[in-house]
Amino acid sequence: MDLTTLTYIAVGLSFALYIGIAIWAKASTTGEFYVAGKGVNPVVNGMATAADWMSAASFISMAGLIAFLGYGGSVYLMGWTGGYCLLAMLLAPYLRKYGKFTVPEFIGDRYYSKAARIVAVICLIFISFTYVAGQMRGVGIVFSRFLEVEILTGLIVGMGIVFIYAVLGGMKGITYTQVAQYCVLIVAYTIPAIFIAFQLTGNPLPQLAFGSTVNGTGEFMLDRLNQVVTELGFLEYTTTSKSTIDIFAITVALMVGTAGLPHVIVRFFTVPKVRDARSSAGWALVFIALLYTTAPAVGAMARLNLTETIQTGEVGDPEGNLVFEERPDWMKRWEATGLLSFEDKNGDGRIQYYNDANAEFAAKAAEFGWQGNELKVDRDIMVLANPEIAQLPNWVIALVAAGGIAAALSTAAGLLLVISSGVSHDLLKGTFTPNMTEGQELMAGRIAAAVAILIAGYLGYNPPGFVAQVVAFAFGLAASSLFPVIIMGIFSKKVNREGAIAGMLTGLVFTMGYILAYKGVFFDPIIANTPENWLFGISPEGIGAVGMVLNFIVAFAVSKVTAEPPEHIQHMIEDIRVPKGAGGAVDH
Amino acid sequence: MDEQSAAYWKRNVKLVSVLVVIWFIVSYGFGILFVDALNSIEIAGFQLGFWFAQQGSIYVFVALIFVYVAKMNKLDREFGVHEDDD
Repeated sequence: MDLTTLTYIAVGLSFALYIGIAIWAKASTTGEFYVAGKGVNPVVNGMATAADWMSAASFISMAGLIAFLGYGGSVYLMGWTGGYCLLAMLLAPYLRKYGKFTVPEFIGDRYYSKAARIVAVICLIFISFTYVAGQMRGVGIVFSRFLEVEILTGLIVGMGIVFIYAVLGGMKGITYTQVAQYCVLIVAYTIPAIFIAFQLTGNPLPQLAFGSTVNGTGEFMLDRLNQVVTELGFLEYTTTSKSTIDIFAITVALMVGTAGLPHVIVRFFTVPKVRDARSSAGWALVFIALLYTTAPAVGAMARLNLTETIQTGEVGDPEGNLVFEERPDWMKRWEATGLLSFEDKNGDGRIQYYNDANAEFAAKAAEFGWQGNELKVDRDIMVLANPEIAQLPNWVIALVAAGGIAAALSTAAGLLLVISSGVSHDLLKGTFTPNMTEGQELMAGRIAAAVAILIAGYLGYNPPGFVAQVVAFAFGLAASSLFPVIIMGIFSKKVNREGAIAGMLTGLVFTMGYILAYKGVFFDPIIANTPENWLFGISPEGIGAVGMVLNFIVAFAVSKVTAEPPEHIQHMIEDIRVPKGAGGAVDH
Repeated sequence: MDEQSAAYWKRNVKLVSVLVVIWFIVSYGFGILFVDALNSIEIAGFQLGFWFAQQGSIYVFVALIFVYVAKMNKLDREFGVHEDDD
């Protein structure tokens, strides 16, 4: 069977599964729609959280990023896993005990203020739309590469699927489809990795192969990789050009941002007990770690494979480079997408791939008769091309396509749900139209989800130029606005309404202002985005860490000089600190 | 807040503080601040600092959460604030 047919079958079967689950898990109350009736088993919730969290970026882009960043890619590995420790120990159990439906609702209740709740909803909507645009784009790309359809067709199909299970099933439908999506994506990710690890080192476990010796040589993979890339003028794989303070700040912003992302937090509202919320965070991280400890191995192996495929002999030997006409088939296939390209600058019919931005090496390369780097590779193709590089059968490639779509759809659905509950529960029921019946609120939630899908689809089709740049926004804002007020709300009885609002606004304005100044979004950057210009040497990606610290300082300072929180709020805090007495689904 | 709840909360905060310190040392310490020093040690094909940054810290994160879960369940029972089994 040819690849396209197989891919249609794999993707089609996965879609049929998602729709089947949606019909089985239709939500009939607001409790089921927002938090799956608080009846989800903690291990199941852990799996759903893992799929919710691992987006198209984790599945498609991360290993490729690491392949080219080397040690510098560690910020994503630690940053996107370490936040779960914060969730498990500082947030999830207390928010579960609090026991209502949304994150802004907690902030509004704890700080006895509708203004605080509305500021939180605005942060939430902004963060979630930024994210969801990237997911829909991912769906479009996978469709166009593997199913050879227009990006628009791919998007509409993806939107249709999410529409069915998110609008009908709400959180309940999403939870169980996410479990199925996790299974699809983890199998699709690990199978090619295991084969490549085995081919390269003889050890099938990527996590161990990463530190094993390369077949046919006595050299450890990472030592060999360091040697191969430095011979071509690139930076040693296990080092980075970023400063230590920047690496530190970016990791903080990503970790804390993860713990402050509403679509992740809300997953812990769905389990029956406080102790389930704790263990569920652990299970989520187990399932995430399966992919996140495989990804750096995939990155290193891909970099080594790519470099050695092109540099077949000694660097500088006129016959040491791959002859263009003899390039492998997978390169030809990816050239068609434009994500891989080759230009024979010195007309020798061979491909030279090296770091021509390194002046010292470029001079040496000129002596070999090389006239510039001739290969351009988009980082995003590394994972998708993996099964082809390893010459795995077509069904594996089809599975990877289904996995990429599963990763994107599961995250998109989780985001759309928090947007819809932010609108129907926090803005409408909680603020503007408190007299709604439950049926009306449920309908409002469904309409909000449907509208959000349309906007997300539009953003995926016409990604505004700034989508790639605003990812820093999502984490920076979550880290500097939502995370500190939630933590203070639980661990301090002194922080009051005035402090929380002042803190959130300070974190928000500072972080947004900094990112806008260096990145520009609707206008040209005000200051050039180079390390010399950065505050303390911290890039816009890491500035959320500073925004978070400012938020804490301002909140404590303002609370100190204004009235203490009222008595009943102090009781509420005491109550959420002990597990006993957590109720099941709360309909209100 | 009565004495019993205050004592429970104090123990909880103490446990979390210890775990957060370990969390910090493993990721920010071993993986970032002291990465160069640790990279001079090579075990089983990995420079140690690099291994902590790309593998070891993640394994420790998982272990920390399960240690937290076990210790908190015990603490809940000790103070009688655990949830009913049903």
